[in-house]
Amino acid sequence: MWETILIFLMCSFAIQAIRAKRLLASALWLAGVSALLSILFYLLGAYQIAVIELSIGAGLVTVLFVFAISIAGEDAIGARPLIPLPLALGLVLLSILLLAWFVLPAPLEEHVADEASLSTALWEARSLDVLLQITLIFAGVLGLLGLMAEAKAPLEYPAADETSAQRDRELEALQRQSLGIEKEST
Amino acid sequence: MNLSPLHIVLVGVLGLLGVGLYGLLVSRNLIKVLVALQILVKAALLGFILAGSASQQIAVSQSLALTVIVADTVVAVIGMALAVQIKRRLGTLDVGMLSSLKE
Repeated sequence: MWETILIFLMCSFAIQAIRAKRLLASALWLAGVSALLSILFYLLGAYQIAVIELSIGAGLVTVLFVFAISIAGEDAIGARPLIPLPLALGLVLLSILLLAWFVLPAPLEEHVADEASLSTALWEARSLDVLLQITLIFAGVLGLLGLMAEAKAPLEYPAADETSAQRDRELEALQRQSLGIEKEST
Repeated sequence: MNLSPLHIVLVGVLGLLGVGLYGLLVSRNLIKVLVALQILVKAALLGFILAGSASQQIAVSQSLALTVIVADTVVAVIGMALAVQIKRRLGTLDVGMLSSLKE
């Protein structure tokens, strides 16, 4: 019962996120999808992932989206998509129907809570995944630093002038010095 | 047709996959493309947890889902940084106008 309501709400929120004209509204609908998804995770027995999804999916990613939209600005883009709408809809329906044909007959029973805890599974059975996650986070931070770095501000004009004038003076002094040395030798 | 709760969740996975795929196909705004990608990844996450719940191995599926969440967040962050840089350099977020070689 609850699953049906949640799934219905989640799909309609997702459709709204795609249809929304404003990017900010789109990001907020996406946060709604995340929040509903975390409730569904809780109902399915994945308690830790429910909390993580709520804090990262609905919290962090939404904040990042709002941040990026506030920097990049709302871009008014012509409504015509690159692919004709009926073609896109047909392709999606075809692929989803094919997938449903394959997966829906799978026997699915009510879940039973298993004894192993997440920390045991994560640190003992899948410790390689932890390494992968650390590497991913590290790579992500490095990539972000490289991408967000602003180009170095050019020297202010007075400062640049001063530097070039000083270079000229030094060059002149060098020339005079070398001329003096030549005179001495002759 | 009487569907069990887990089958209803499976239908939800398919629905989210469809919406995400459609959004990926028709969106022209780079940030909108990222939103569609997020919806797709959420469908995959739900599929993981559903599989764990059905095979009574919820701990393993949770640890896999955790990896997916981390990777997905990194992808979103890098994608947004790219979008901001593209907006700065080219002045547009339109996917169709991105190629600066096209004239």
